[in-house]
Amino acid sequence: MNNIIKEFPGVKALGGVSFKVKKGEIHALVGENGAGKSTLMKVLSGVYPYGTYTGSITVEGKVQNIQNTSDAEKAGISIIFQELSLSSNLSIAENIFMGDEPTKGMLIDWDSMYSRANELLELVGVRLDSNVLVKNLGIGHQQMVEIAKALRTDSKILVLDEPTSALSNSEINMLMNLLEKLRDQGVTCIYISHKFDEIFRIADRVTILRDGQTIDTLSIDSLNESMLINLMVGRDLNQRYPERKRGTGKGNPILELKNYSLFDYKEGKERLHKINFSLHQGEILGIAGLMGAGRTELVSSLFGAFNGKSEGQIMIDGKEIKINCPQDAMKQGISFITEDRKNLGIFPVLSIKENMVIANLDNIPGKVMVQESEEKLLCNLFVDSLQIKIGSTENKITSLSGGNQQKVILGRWLMRKPKILILDEPTRGIDVGAKYEIYSIINRLVEHGVAVIMVSSELPEILGMCDRILVMKDGTITGEVLQEEATQEKIMSFAVGGSV
Amino acid sequence: MSRENTIQLEETNMNKPGVNSLLKSINLRSLIIVFALIAIWISLQIATDGTFLTSRNISLLFRQMTPIGIISIGMVLVIVAGHIDLSVGSIVAVSGAIAAVMQTQMQMGTIPTIIALLLTGLIVGVINGYFSTFQKIPPFIVTLATMLVFRGVTLLITGGSTISGMNPSFKYIGDGYVSQLWSTIIAAIGILFYLIFEITKRRSKTSKGMNVTSTNWFALKLIAVCAICVLLVSTMNNYEGIPIPVIIMAAIVIVVTFISKNTRFGRRLYAIGGNSEAARLSGINVNKEGLKVFALLGILSAISGLILTARLDAATPAAGNQFEFDAISAAIIGGASFSGGQGTVFGAVIGALIMASLNNGMSILNIPSAAQFILKGLVLLIAVWFDMRGKIKGK
Repeated sequence: MNNIIKEFPGVKALGGVSFKVKKGEIHALVGENGAGKSTLMKVLSGVYPYGTYTGSITVEGKVQNIQNTSDAEKAGISIIFQELSLSSNLSIAENIFMGDEPTKGMLIDWDSMYSRANELLELVGVRLDSNVLVKNLGIGHQQMVEIAKALRTDSKILVLDEPTSALSNSEINMLMNLLEKLRDQGVTCIYISHKFDEIFRIADRVTILRDGQTIDTLSIDSLNESMLINLMVGRDLNQRYPERKRGTGKGNPILELKNYSLFDYKEGKERLHKINFSLHQGEILGIAGLMGAGRTELVSSLFGAFNGKSEGQIMIDGKEIKINCPQDAMKQGISFITEDRKNLGIFPVLSIKENMVIANLDNIPGKVMVQESEEKLLCNLFVDSLQIKIGSTENKITSLSGGNQQKVILGRWLMRKPKILILDEPTRGIDVGAKYEIYSIINRLVEHGVAVIMVSSELPEILGMCDRILVMKDGTITGEVLQEEATQEKIMSFAVGGSV
Repeated sequence: MSRENTIQLEETNMNKPGVNSLLKSINLRSLIIVFALIAIWISLQIATDGTFLTSRNISLLFRQMTPIGIISIGMVLVIVAGHIDLSVGSIVAVSGAIAAVMQTQMQMGTIPTIIALLLTGLIVGVINGYFSTFQKIPPFIVTLATMLVFRGVTLLITGGSTISGMNPSFKYIGDGYVSQLWSTIIAAIGILFYLIFEITKRRSKTSKGMNVTSTNWFALKLIAVCAICVLLVSTMNNYEGIPIPVIIMAAIVIVVTFISKNTRFGRRLYAIGGNSEAARLSGINVNKEGLKVFALLGILSAISGLILTARLDAATPAAGNQFEFDAISAAIIGGASFSGGQGTVFGAVIGALIMASLNNGMSILNIPSAAQFILKGLVLLIAVWFDMRGKIKGK
């Protein structure tokens, strides 16, 4: 891949990435969240068609204009995404041959489908009958089926995006062995992972991406863990963060968690393990960690929005409370802005006004009816103070840019005059100018005594904004760093779980 | 959509606040349906050589539309919340049957009968709502099942035969008229209240320094609404006065419009239909509000059953058959969207009026029922088709 540039509205996701992979090697691709790894792989596999990016892709000397995933398949590229894409109600064989079933005349040739599927399963080293339904398989086996599906099309290049995030240790072993076997058979593998132990175990070479740029491609033998961390995060703080008077000492603790654990309803799997921390008035507490570390689970369960069972204590103002649903949290003065603005934040068919007041209908004057004029007055107040650039509050929210949409959501939650404001990735998908404005708003709130929890994958943002930083890994807090002593390297080493 | 486009969009909106807010205040969408209705009326007037728009027929038409109209008022809110209810026709039948049994076999008065019907509607609505929201069964399935169950209960109650012979006071609800004098008085009071409501709303806005449409447009809107009211009432007065069911429906339209636009419950329905997960995260009890809207539709369906039974002076086992089709069509023609969050009570009522006008006109023209079915189906398809095309272009 040569000089790939891909832009999203307002954000440059890839700014000239060049990247070479040799035949028959396992090539690891590493970088922070948002460095552009997944975007790059989506370009390679045709999810973003040729023409939406610039630059060229060459496979075995031939330039490929990949329009869609089946073009990519023809070029010998298969990708296995983080979320598996199998149909759980169909058999293994049907999944492997989906879209390209062997036929006899008009009819599907079931016999040859099953026997060829069995051969492929043997090739990936799974002892399973191919007529088993996929929903009866564990995640590890499902991953193997995905790989078998990729091998069916004679893939020369196999891309795995965080393949082990849901696997148990023995399943990871099984996968590693298979990848090594495939390498010996001449299949090239691009392996995206956050887990350093896996990378050092199987990769031949590593390419480091940072901020949409290739930093370097190195042989794994010339690297160690701390060098890799340095390469991943080593950048200047080129984005500016607005100044704020740092709190003098600590305010009163407003929220405390004691031995807080969280379990999934569905599988009873432990998502958070014995979390302890406290949040003080007038501070910004950052929560850092890699994807899947349990950050979103933690904050959404504090808001009563996680579908699961919790253990341990939540104390607000020194009193133990129970939070079972968002209403409970809102009564305690907690506001929560989700990371997924598009799906969980906005009401796309409703107006800006409706979007703003929806969480505040109880606080607007009027007994039975909501007074329209009061409502508009309140909206205009927030539109002005948050400097939201809109024509009219009657316009649909989808007519706004991402930054202004986020400000509308901020307005929705600030109307409730929160004591605790939880922000999950508050500046995702927002351009630099709007980011600065949102940071200023957050600072203003903190100066007025609001306690803020800020989850972010962007380390510079965490460093630039927070007073204290908690680092999470695998559902536990692995480190706490004060602002004065925080560095990206320090946070990263807690996040990957090594010791400094 | 690229970022440049988004910005452009914002700018154009900002540059033309006058035109934009004007269109918003009139509500383009409801204007289109009203025009469609007028076009249909004119065509039918021509096709029937002037029989369609006589006082007598207009009075009849409005009376005919009430059972479906009342259901569609509730149906549109259920659709706004992102649900569906197929059991409304069976609720009509069951409440009619209960009314008939109470009146003829148990010799109950009209007032207890009405109370019993409202309770019946409430209970069956709560049943539908409970399974559709708290138990997370898709409402399509829940109400498909209750549609059969309620129809079965109807057969059980009526023993499969028609029951007739209601009290005169009960029948009056279905086929009575408000005398011309009282019709005029009610219309005058209605118009007076409407004017006071609109003017105080506008005053409260201007006193808080908010933008309002220009005085001329405001006056024009008030005059247009009043003129239509006066025209309709005087037409009906020309015959025998306003039919009782029409008065009931008008009252329901006003109350439910108010509920949908100005109460917390109504506003939350639009949010739930627009994005149920985001609504939950905004502290809305999605299940509770969902249950309430099914209960409301249950009550309205029972009122519809009451009017139908009173008008026919009989409860039949097949009453209310296919009412769900007409009510859903009315809501959809009136601008509701199955993806939720969109639709208005006013639109649904006009939608119901369009369906009733087609039924009525085609009956006058003696069009065979086969063709009537085909035409109604096509009208629904075309209405939604236009709507979708508009939406695709809008993107």
